[in-house]
Amino acid sequence: MTKDQKKDKSKLHYLQLPKTRTGISGLDEITEGGLPKGRPTLVCGEAGCGKTLMSLEFIVRGAVEFNEPGVFMAFEEKSQELAMNVASLGFNLDKLQQEKKLRIDYVHIDRTEIEETGEYNLEGLFIRLGHAIDTIKAKRVVLDTLENLFAELTNQAILRAELRRLFQWLKDKGVTAIITGERGDGPALTRQGLEEYVSDCVILLDHRVENQISTRRLRIIKYRGSVHGTNEYPFLIDEEGISVLPITSLKLEKEVSSGRISSGIPALDNMLDGKGFFIGSSILVSGTAGTGKTSIAAYFANEACKRNEKCIYFAFEESPKQIIRNMSSINVDLQKHIDQGLLKFHASRPTLYGLEMHLVMIYKLIKTFKPQVVILDPITNLITVGSVSDVKAMLIRLIDFLQEEQITVMFTALTLNNIVNEQTDEGVSSLVDAWILVRDIEFNGERNRGMYIMKSRGMKHSNQVREFVITDKGLDLVEVYLGPEGVLTGSAREAQKLQEKTGEVLREFAVNSKDREIIRKRNVLEAEISNLKMEFESIEEELNKIHQQEELVKQVTNKTREEITNMRRGETPAKNIKNDRGK
Amino acid sequence: MIEQQQGPEDNGVLNRDDFYRLRLFVTGASPNSTRAIANLKKICETYLKENYELEIIDVYQQPLIAQKEQIIALPLLIKKSPGIERRLIGDMSDKERVLRGLGIY
Repeated sequence: MTKDQKKDKSKLHYLQLPKTRTGISGLDEITEGGLPKGRPTLVCGEAGCGKTLMSLEFIVRGAVEFNEPGVFMAFEEKSQELAMNVASLGFNLDKLQQEKKLRIDYVHIDRTEIEETGEYNLEGLFIRLGHAIDTIKAKRVVLDTLENLFAELTNQAILRAELRRLFQWLKDKGVTAIITGERGDGPALTRQGLEEYVSDCVILLDHRVENQISTRRLRIIKYRGSVHGTNEYPFLIDEEGISVLPITSLKLEKEVSSGRISSGIPALDNMLDGKGFFIGSSILVSGTAGTGKTSIAAYFANEACKRNEKCIYFAFEESPKQIIRNMSSINVDLQKHIDQGLLKFHASRPTLYGLEMHLVMIYKLIKTFKPQVVILDPITNLITVGSVSDVKAMLIRLIDFLQEEQITVMFTALTLNNIVNEQTDEGVSSLVDAWILVRDIEFNGERNRGMYIMKSRGMKHSNQVREFVITDKGLDLVEVYLGPEGVLTGSAREAQKLQEKTGEVLREFAVNSKDREIIRKRNVLEAEISNLKMEFESIEEELNKIHQQEELVKQVTNKTREEITNMRRGETPAKNIKNDRGK
Repeated sequence: MIEQQQGPEDNGVLNRDDFYRLRLFVTGASPNSTRAIANLKKICETYLKENYELEIIDVYQQPLIAQKEQIIALPLLIKKSPGIERRLIGDMSDKERVLRGLGIY
């Protein structure tokens, strides 16, 4: 469904049933706009579940935020008591009453003073209420525990008839009303079955204790003519009143960012395509005890603050002071960022309140502080307050919310055994965008930390195991030694390096001596070659000598023959002789 | 509609201990109201003759009084004196209860 279609639908929807915003954070979301305008709404629940507070907040917020004056008719508490009870929430009832934005009417009936002597009706109530509404032009009315009338007046038939008339009268007056009622026994929502009369909207408040931890919840049982959230929503009462969480928004239509932020550890960024995590993504750092998860988280927080971004650190294990001290030992100064107002720690024991309350608290803090980075350290501790499925459901909602707000979140999780179990981490591993695993590598009598990226959606990432070292200068990743003997870390890696170095020296030495031998051999060979050359030259010379002699002989013979020839001709007789000898 | 009805006593008599001071709150001329006025007057004339003061107040006319007097059910009769304040609601048709409420029996 596209956004436009949705808008059209809600527009149409508002035309059908006008609503009055309550101003109570979250309630307007689950009721899709508030309570039915001009109609009564029943708020029921057990004692102490917050009915009075919710209805009073409805009136006060109406008067303050929406300029709709309201009448609060209290059947239980006196005006002064009410004012005192809600003063801690910052509601100044006296001032509102003086400004004629609020009117509190305390109805007191004492059964012991009253004698019923026949037919009567509740006209007095109508007159009081009508007068109060008219004088301040009220748009909102609360009848806080109207059922008290049943305890004080005995004639049920009259009361029921009068209540029916009252609700009709309220509708005719056009005021948006809340009627509170105590939860009855069994399936009945209220002791006197008020739900029979108020049929437009019924809200059930609940206060349950599970595992010794109490959680307040709210559920809209019915809302005639309107779409509404049907789940049980936890709500919180704190110094700002009631906050309800419409947390199960299961839309997957979040905006995504392709911006990246650094993890604070350059070597880790390098493993993540050289740029770090995506903005608005969720990162899980899991590992066994003492593997440095908190350090990684603190580094991440530190880096965010260095970029002038805001960060909230939810610590469920250590106190802020402890974390600050511990981190200063690895050269991370978190105090500085706290002083600048960039970093906020929120430490609470998981058992402080229920899971849902934790979520509400996290929501509230995030809403007010507006951080870019959120850290939860560790989520595994939350398991002490809920089952695995509860924790998972909570984290789904949290991740959902954070992604909607474009907040980058880092969880740390403790894996309970040394065997890497892909099913641990409260099952959030499938929800997160990036999963970094720090694990112990136990070898050769020592433990070292190995880190690798289990997954990182949407980016090229290293598949290598890196050794994760924590020194007093900070965190770093070192390439592990990958040798014929497998992956080596820590001192084994160092030893292997040393061994290699020695080997190298030895090898070098060996090579050197071989080299020299070769040179020697070459020299010998070269000497031999020159010997042979010289030999060859002398032989050649000998041969040349013979050749020359022969030449000489030839020449001499030729000369002699010529002379003999000449002599035969008479010129020189000697020539002939010579010639004969030559033949 | 405020009706004052009292006996012929002078001021000294008004301070007597057993003098009945009654206030009846009604809503206009509704059936319950008229019945209540009639019934109460009858009872008073029978049992408290010349020893009572009855003030009848129409709450429609004075809506502020409803809050001040903690009025919810109407008609309402408040016995201010003698003794402790008592409240009686209804149309006063149950004579027994009215008398008990007023402490006459």
